[in-house]
Amino acid sequence: MLSILSPTNSKLASKRGSSLQMQWGRIGIYGFLLVTALFFLLPLYVMLVTSFKGLDEIRLSSIFAMPQEFSWDYWKIAWSSACTGLECSGLKVGFWNSVKILIPSVIISVMFGAINGYALSFWKIKGANILFACLLLGAFIPYQVFIYPLIRVYAEIGIYGTLTGVVVSHVIFGMPIMTLLFRNYYSTLPLELFNAARIDGAGFFKVFFVIMLPMSTPIIIVAVIMQVTNIWNDFLIGLVFAGSDNLPMTVQLNNIVNTTTGERAYNVNMAATILTSLVPLIIYVASGRWFVRGIASGAVKG
Amino acid sequence: MGNVSINKLDISYDTTFILNQLDLSIEDGEFVVLLGPSGCGKSTLLNAIGGLIDTTGGSIYFDGNDVTWADPKDRGIGMVFQSYALYPTMSVEKNMSFGLRIAGVDKETIARKVDWAAKLLQLEPLLKRKPASLSGGQRQRVAIGRALVRDAGIYLFDEPLSNLDAKLRTELRLEIKKLHQKLKSTMIYVTHDQIEALTLADRIAVMKDGVIQQLDTPYNIYNKPDNLFVATFLGSPSMNCLEGTLYSNGGKVTFFSADMLLDVSDYQFMKEPDDGQHVTMGIRPEHIQTLEADKEDANLVSGVIELVEPMGSETLIWTRFTSQQTLSHSVSSELVFAKGERVNVKIEPSKCSFFDTETGFRI
Repeated sequence: MLSILSPTNSKLASKRGSSLQMQWGRIGIYGFLLVTALFFLLPLYVMLVTSFKGLDEIRLSSIFAMPQEFSWDYWKIAWSSACTGLECSGLKVGFWNSVKILIPSVIISVMFGAINGYALSFWKIKGANILFACLLLGAFIPYQVFIYPLIRVYAEIGIYGTLTGVVVSHVIFGMPIMTLLFRNYYSTLPLELFNAARIDGAGFFKVFFVIMLPMSTPIIIVAVIMQVTNIWNDFLIGLVFAGSDNLPMTVQLNNIVNTTTGERAYNVNMAATILTSLVPLIIYVASGRWFVRGIASGAVKG
Repeated sequence: MGNVSINKLDISYDTTFILNQLDLSIEDGEFVVLLGPSGCGKSTLLNAIGGLIDTTGGSIYFDGNDVTWADPKDRGIGMVFQSYALYPTMSVEKNMSFGLRIAGVDKETIARKVDWAAKLLQLEPLLKRKPASLSGGQRQRVAIGRALVRDAGIYLFDEPLSNLDAKLRTELRLEIKKLHQKLKSTMIYVTHDQIEALTLADRIAVMKDGVIQQLDTPYNIYNKPDNLFVATFLGSPSMNCLEGTLYSNGGKVTFFSADMLLDVSDYQFMKEPDDGQHVTMGIRPEHIQTLEADKEDANLVSGVIELVEPMGSETLIWTRFTSQQTLSHSVSSELVFAKGERVNVKIEPSKCSFFDTETGFRI
């Protein structure tokens, strides 16, 4: 494990003689990493400092300068009273809409992906591989192609512009990648385990829920992280299918930032943007370790 | 309960036949070992008996009931797998009781049966542990226990000892044999290890290319192989094969190979051999008797030692008896032989096997 984490270890040991050269190499690497980190962190820094400044200060001082009069007001405005078109109740409506969309979408799509992957790896039917190939093909077709047909179908069955409509869309669009994820995970589990459970008398769902699902924690974590970030960051599906009552946070953010009348409130815009991206950010920071572990763990040894 | 009868079983993937018109019948309480090289279809046959793969044709009967299309759980079988296949998230106890819990058996009965199996396999101190914290031998004992708890009439073993080290394998082999003597259930056991087959089986079915080559007692399989494949597959060190010609002259049969001539009239031919028939003679190394240097005998053959292989309990000697071939023969390790020495041996015709060179069948 250690050698995987630091692949240069063995090379360093063999090059002990030329330590000066090695040190210069080190400095170069760290210098490059520092510059890269700064490059990516700079926008975040600008957003943060701007969100605490008053508009006058933004106009007058450098964008890199720290706020002179530190104020949380613009965050409060962004959260509860910024105008999205006619309504002026801030992002909080969008936040709760996003949560309402997110929770059922993630649960259902991960569940479907797991069951699909399980069925495709263990209950091999004739043409299972073709079925899987078709499902994967779906992942490569751009969303935009589906939008018009889906609108017609949803309108026909009466779920267009509802929470159900948007959840169903997320489940459908998440299906290929979720299935792929779980199928690849389950195909590393020994077939004998499945056979043993069948001899013990467990049926399709019993094997899944009692044997396979408890062994799937690492991959479930990966799937949940992927789906949470994907669905939270989604703009198009929410905009098209959710209807005006259920617009997700991303759409509302767009409405706040893109208002064409009046003065541009950069500080509020910055605060709103950070607020919107907070959920995926927290997920990544809190679960990064799990994410790597889930991706890296192949077979579960019995 | 527990007799198995298989009629004209076919199993094929696409157009390749794994098993072709296979017949096999197993008595109640019998220990049958399916033995063969990898890819011979022995595991496929076992999985078909267990109901884990679909058959293409033919039928399988348990106690006269057609179970060809029955679900694995309805067949009354217990199965032990090579990779143990224990449920990693459950404790030993839960692993063993899983089948019973699904079947909705009441708690007292489950506890009684788990205790019984745990006692039988000395698993009592391990009941609360997870499979990950067990050694290979312990895991396989748990897997056997899980099969036993099911109270099945027929137990299937799919190379259960292959993942264990040599010492454990011998120990567990003994335990399985004791278990069979105690339970007297039908057991079908797949292995590619001939020692396991010979020690455990009441009858061995030697398989090759999806066909049972010979189904017989270990003694007959070893000493009276039906064909060349069975003859050479079993035995370590393996059987010597010598191609030659049989000459039959008024009840006296002689075998001639290169410059070796043997009187084989004592051999029990299944039918009178043709004069001039091309045959292959098989003789096991331990059936070639090494004679003292000055002794005279009827079927005495003499040769020069080319290689000496000490094997611990005995020594294997490779001696050139004919201009074309060396034969291996074993002697007690206490006798000392050296390369280049001349040695006299006696080949007992009744202990040989003769096969038709063309068909490979025993004659």
